Amino acid sequence: MNLITPDFGLIFWMLIGFGILFFILAKFAWPVITKSIAQREEYIQEQLDAADTVKREMKNLQAEHHKLLQEAKEERDKILADARKIVDKMNEEARILRDKEHDARMAETKIAIQNEKMKALTDIKNEIALLSIDVAEKILSEELSTQTKQEEMISKWVNELNLN
Amino acid sequence: MHYNKKLAQLAVIVFSIFFALTPIKAKATEEKNDHTEEFVPGEFILGHVMDSYGWHITTINKKHISIPLPIILWDQGKLICFSSAQFHHGHNAYKGYALGFTKETAGKIVRLSEPYTGPLEESAVYEFSRNFTDISITKNVCALLISVILLIAIFLSVAKSYKKRPLMPPKGLQSLMEVVILFIRDDMVIPSIGKKHYKKYLPYILTLFFFILFNNLLGLIPIFPGGANVTGNIAVTAILALLTLLITSFSGNKNYWKHIFNTPGVPWWLKVPIPLMPIVEFMGIFTKPFVLMVRLFANITAGHIIIMGFLSLIFIFGAMNPIAGYGISVLSMIFYLFMGMLELIVAFVQAYIFSLLTSMYIGAAVEDHSEHEVEHVAIKETVQNQLIEENK
Repeated sequence: MNLITPDFGLIFWMLIGFGILFFILAKFAWPVITKSIAQREEYIQEQLDAADTVKREMKNLQAEHHKLLQEAKEERDKILADARKIVDKMNEEARILRDKEHDARMAETKIAIQNEKMKALTDIKNEIALLSIDVAEKILSEELSTQTKQEEMISKWVNELNLN
Repeated sequence: MHYNKKLAQLAVIVFSIFFALTPIKAKATEEKNDHTEEFVPGEFILGHVMDSYGWHITTINKKHISIPLPIILWDQGKLICFSSAQFHHGHNAYKGYALGFTKETAGKIVRLSEPYTGPLEESAVYEFSRNFTDISITKNVCALLISVILLIAIFLSVAKSYKKRPLMPPKGLQSLMEVVILFIRDDMVIPSIGKKHYKKYLPYILTLFFFILFNNLLGLIPIFPGGANVTGNIAVTAILALLTLLITSFSGNKNYWKHIFNTPGVPWWLKVPIPLMPIVEFMGIFTKPFVLMVRLFANITAGHIIIMGFLSLIFIFGAMNPIAGYGISVLSMIFYLFMGMLELIVAFVQAYIFSLLTSMYIGAAVEDHSEHEVEHVAIKETVQNQLIEENK
């Protein structure tokens, strides 16, 4: 029976001992421990959330970056294409202009050549005329060197005139 | 994985202490055997399981080696203090006080009719009375105070390491305790009491769990400062159960009392002419803590008795024939080790059950609506099934 009859002394000390234990732990240990654990849990959750957000932002940023790059590439291609077109056009224009100039110069040259030719021809003609006159003079002087020959001549010319 | 390793280490340490110290215990009993001429296993076992005024460690060459503890008596308005060594293990009286020598008063202090100091004659007849209050520091009180100091030291140091390293992963003792604390918070208190109210009761449940666990484990160590049967003492479990009763009753809301005195969902004829259900429910307020008290007391005491029984076998057979004693000691040790491991599990399981049921009773008392009724009944049933199996 002793086994199942509680002793007053033990009840008394149990109340005091357990009371002190509960008081001290509930005042100095449990609040610190549970609060720290909760704080750490919160902190870890926050960090995880932050990491998630950063990850998502990174993804967005990457997508944006990618898009920008794509746009830049397109822009570059467009600019290049435009530039090529402009270059082509300029080349074409230049070619046309060159052709025109060439034509004009050719025409000018032709005219100049013609002029030179005409001038040369005229000079030659003049020269020939002078030479002819000289020759004619020499021939005439040769022909009219004697009296008889002069008279013959005149008579011939008069005859010819009469005939007309 | 890290925590499992820690627990395994702890278990190994506890068991090595068992094994290393077992011969001392055996020897002690053997010497006692010589002393009393006859080995009485019942007395040997009960002597261990019950409380005593000195902390007996061993007996060498018929000399008892024990730690004397202070005797404190409140007798007719006077406080009387002296050392239990004055009793000379029951052979002496001191200032008229002696250890009881009749069957009813065995192991208790009695006051003789005259203030006599000196040895008691075995043939003489003494008049005695017991109308005084005994608040001695007995073996169980001493063990209780040791466990209280140990718990305070451990958890203050754990709290300190939380303060010292905020927001950092736990380290050492802190990490060992954190697993248990988190288990109690997340798997015991929050599911039973609910997220809204649990913060108020968590400190008590934590204290309760660790108090029971530490005393269970200390009781399994066979030598000082362990070996006392604190949680296997009805006074200790009675106080714990009483605290559960008080906390449950004082935190009970309107809904809780309505459930007791006017249980909803019960046919009216169970309530009106004879208030059958209210009586049953009202009794339930007291039977629940009563069962808590008996369960812890019986489980721990039974474990101690079985272990001591296996050890007694050695000396029962040894008294017949020393060779038989040595032979049976091997078998006894195997059973002892098996029981020791079982008791280690029981130490955790009983601490768990006591705190879980306490938090469930509190949970039922503070529950706001009967929304979770079905859920609770299901949990209760599984736990009760577990308990039935466990008590088998």
